[in-house]
Amino acid sequence: MDTTASRGLATKDIVYIALFAALTAALGLMPPIHFAGAALPPISAQSLGVMLAGAVLGSKRGGLALLLFIGLVAVGLPLLSGGRGGFGVLMGTSGGFLLVWPLCAYIIGYLMEKDTAANAIKTGLYVAFGGIVVMYAAGIPWMAFIGKLGLTKSLTIMVAYIPGDLVKVVLATIIARGLRRAYPNL
Amino acid sequence: MLDLYSPGTSLLHRLPPAAKMLAMLIGATLLFLNESLPITVAATLGILALYPIAQLTLKQAFAQIRPLLIIFVLFFAVQWYFSGLELAAYVVLRLTALILLASLVTLTTRSSDMIDTMTRGLRHLKPLGVNPEKVSLAISLALRFIPVLAQITREVREAQKTRGLERSVIAVAMPMAIRAIKMADDISDAIDSRGYRS
Repeated sequence: MDTTASRGLATKDIVYIALFAALTAALGLMPPIHFAGAALPPISAQSLGVMLAGAVLGSKRGGLALLLFIGLVAVGLPLLSGGRGGFGVLMGTSGGFLLVWPLCAYIIGYLMEKDTAANAIKTGLYVAFGGIVVMYAAGIPWMAFIGKLGLTKSLTIMVAYIPGDLVKVVLATIIARGLRRAYPNL
Repeated sequence: MLDLYSPGTSLLHRLPPAAKMLAMLIGATLLFLNESLPITVAATLGILALYPIAQLTLKQAFAQIRPLLIIFVLFFAVQWYFSGLELAAYVVLRLTALILLASLVTLTTRSSDMIDTMTRGLRHLKPLGVNPEKVSLAISLALRFIPVLAQITREVREAQKTRGLERSVIAVAMPMAIRAIKMADDISDAIDSRGYRS
């Protein structure tokens, strides 16, 4: 076997990648959480899968897990929350937020690998950077472009989602740290 | 398997998935390059006309748009207010056309055929270190894991109910995540012990 290809992924890595792709899909089955009444849009738990994949699996495997997930959505499986799927969703207004997921997970994983001794606050910051800053940095210009909206207006629409995303950051940080403690050499 | 596919025997159903995907990508690019409202209207109607040809109903076409209705209304209102009616109509119609076009591919192609086409396409990426067999394994595992994860969640939630903890997100998510990782470890041991060479 040539070394470059076989060095890549062991069976265990492939199973983990599949597991976190499935986890992201399973999170889409949960009903969206409504909070603050009708003042804020309901949040789906799905991007929690992105944060967890990066924080638990690390850059390469986390990124590949989400790439697999997006691939499955693209071929027409209804894995996005609300049973959506297919190319249409990926090209729609929120397509940018979805297509950037592999990169988000990769960046979270990369930051965690650079700082293996990160405490809870730092872990939370890394997760928030990849899961909110990077995601919005791709999703908002995409929305502005597809909808010919302009950046400021798109940004205003997205502000409503930030509280929900912060809740997910806290959850992802707690779960990822717990998992790392239970399985130190994941 | 869970799928958005709508069975049929039309020309669009019989076309190879790769051809449909290519046509869709070209169509979507053209929609973006075009700036004129009349052409966008014509394109939308043209795509809509393909639905009966593909043995799909207009109801199915509308079902593709329905989840986005609220955001369409929002976009339309914002554009109308800031840039006038014509641009508002153009933006929303272009989005509609785009989604109808992409959904046409999804509705007339089985996910399994699409997966086959993609894994075959991945062979060309072999020099970059992509192994199509590994990708196939990951795809089948992921599809199998989705119902299993839902089952694990149900079991953990029931167990925590007896402790009065079923409403605590962490008390459910943490044991669930640990069980899922344990399951993944067992499965990868099982795959390796059956002589799978990765």
